[in-house]
Amino acid sequence: MASRKRTSKGASHPTPLTLADLPTGQRCILDRLDLPEDTARRLMELGFLPGNEIVPGRRAPGGGPRVFRVDGSEVALRRETASRLYIRRDPESDLVVLS
Amino acid sequence: MNGCHSPGPKTGLLPNPSILPPRPVNDRPIIVAIVGPPNSGKSTLFNRLTGLRQKVANFPGVTVEHRMGKAKLKSHHEVFLVDLPGIYSLHPRAEDEQVTHDVLKGERGDFPKPDSVILILDATNLGRNLVLAAPVLSLGMPTLILLNMADDLAVRGGKVDVAALSNELNCPVALISASKGMGIDSIQQFLEGTAARLNAPPPKIELPVLQDVPKCRQWAHKLGVRASYKAPAPPLWTRRLDAVFLHPVAGPLIFAAVVIAVFQSIFSWAKPLMDGMQDLVSTSGVWMSHVLPDSPWRSLLIDGVWSGVGSVVVFLPQILLLFLFIGILEDSGYLARAALIADRTMARFGLQGKSFIPLLSAYACAVPAVMATRVIENKRDRIATIMIAPLMTCSARLPVYTLLIAAFVPNLPILGGFLSLPAATMLSLYVLGFVTAILIARLLKSTILKSKSSSFVLEMPPYRWPTLRSLSLRLIDRAKVFLHRAGTVILLVAIVLWVLAHLPLEHGQTPPIEHSFAGTVGKAIEPAIKPLGFNWKIGIGLITSLAAREVIVGTLGTIYGIEGKEPSTGLQAAVHQDLSTAGAVALLIFFAFAMQCFSTLAVVKRETGGWRWPVFQFSYMLALAYSGSWLAFHLANYFLH
Repeated sequence: MASRKRTSKGASHPTPLTLADLPTGQRCILDRLDLPEDTARRLMELGFLPGNEIVPGRRAPGGGPRVFRVDGSEVALRRETASRLYIRRDPESDLVVLS
Repeated sequence: MNGCHSPGPKTGLLPNPSILPPRPVNDRPIIVAIVGPPNSGKSTLFNRLTGLRQKVANFPGVTVEHRMGKAKLKSHHEVFLVDLPGIYSLHPRAEDEQVTHDVLKGERGDFPKPDSVILILDATNLGRNLVLAAPVLSLGMPTLILLNMADDLAVRGGKVDVAALSNELNCPVALISASKGMGIDSIQQFLEGTAARLNAPPPKIELPVLQDVPKCRQWAHKLGVRASYKAPAPPLWTRRLDAVFLHPVAGPLIFAAVVIAVFQSIFSWAKPLMDGMQDLVSTSGVWMSHVLPDSPWRSLLIDGVWSGVGSVVVFLPQILLLFLFIGILEDSGYLARAALIADRTMARFGLQGKSFIPLLSAYACAVPAVMATRVIENKRDRIATIMIAPLMTCSARLPVYTLLIAAFVPNLPILGGFLSLPAATMLSLYVLGFVTAILIARLLKSTILKSKSSSFVLEMPPYRWPTLRSLSLRLIDRAKVFLHRAGTVILLVAIVLWVLAHLPLEHGQTPPIEHSFAGTVGKAIEPAIKPLGFNWKIGIGLITSLAAREVIVGTLGTIYGIEGKEPSTGLQAAVHQDLSTAGAVALLIFFAFAMQCFSTLAVVKRETGGWRWPVFQFSYMLALAYSGSWLAFHLANYFLH
């Protein structure tokens, strides 16, 4: 599934990566949430805390929201929300886990 | 298994509640609130503890946001349980969480502050779930913490030391499985003791600053480590099933197949049951007319009450079947996936995936659906969803649709026998309601309810087998609500109608129905409904169905009962004499669009805080119904001659 907003795929990323940029199964660590306070709070309550590991899962058919594995559960977010969650790649494991 | 049926070491109940001073005797019973995050099993536990002694009412004026029930206890204590909406924290974001927050803090005028709390958490994800213990324990009420889904935890290789956790938090903790009934004894013990307890001792582990989410999460993590919590392996089956249900191609196809299968079976499975009910109602009517002496009372009982109420009660199997399917979809966890699949489409019409869940439950009844919109945080999205919810084909329309379709649509197989023509007609009425609803939503959201696009955050619960117990409780509940309505609203309408159809007396005799009060009213509105293909008898039905949609079936039953047509030929045949096929199509469209439900209007008034929205809703739906059925009548006349 090619996403329209994929940024240039260089070795170094000029723009910081967000959750929306990741392929399915690519682990990452959440860096910060750039969202209105109450939405950010709810996401944090659901486990989207800076420093937590997140694994992107399935996307709903037809480009709908995507399921993310975070803190022991699975939470669906729309693309526009996911693109406001900035991440850093997990330095330890760069392996792609597909299941 | 993990031996949680041996309460000794696993449950850390308070040592001896009887040594504590007895609770002062109040004039009100003891209330215990059940709280927990969404999908932690609150309602399953509530059902388990209260059984059939619970009350879920879907009528205006009765408190509906919390379910109340009396706990089954060995002693004579009266303990009431209240099942509150799921929360992630005591920092409310949506209206339903506000309810929980207000009840727990004793800030609701219409509801007393609970005496103690049962906090139920999902043991398979204790790390995150334990966060909620912090705000709940900070309330200082006696609290029992239940770690639910013990069976799932054990199967997937997770572990937790309950005694250690109980020791850290200084409150009783028990590992249970609400669905399997494991560890329920410990709850009974707590409930027995709750009468004797006044205050809870503070936890040994210091509570975190509640405003700071990362701190709270760290606190829960520390707690988990001290309780040697070992998280279970990921739910493999859920992932396997999601690979199918959320597959780009198979997912939407399965979604469509599920919906079609539900409608097909509502039609074909319910048929024999309904025929049986119909036979029961008519033979008992005939039997009564033989047994009772001839008098006006016999006529009132048989032609008025029995035909009126009986013709509605016949639809009970069909309505229960619909609720059964919705129950299975909800309990299995598929509904959350459906919301996910629907989100993109809903977004196109200015709504969001979360609007999908209330809209789906509106297929059962608009009243709980309007209440379910509380999960939508955005106020304008919420009002838009409320405005369109009654366009979803609720179960009260089912009797009307079934009657008209059975009377006018021939039973022919289509699509190579996959679907019958009546089922297809029914399905298209459901689709019509849905499509109209989202178009109206689009219109509202681009005009009077314009707002910025809101976020969509939805937790995906793991798939679970729906239990027979919870499904049957649901059905018993619905049957009660339905029969209650048949015994009150519909009964009353039937009696009033019978009286109005028998007065004024002409030369001491009951008049022909045309000359009665009911007939006069029907004739008076006939000019207005003639362009839609309806005569004055249908007109009477339209008026009585303002109380509730299915009343029209009872009304027609009463009218034909009085005319002496119904018992011999059946309502389906009788209705043929008063409606052309085009008129029947128009009547179906009228019922698809019109807002004939007093209960819904009342709940919309309560939820939106005034008459403005319900009046708007009633007017736009009536306008839609009138113009829609006018158009349908003329189109049908043109195509069917």
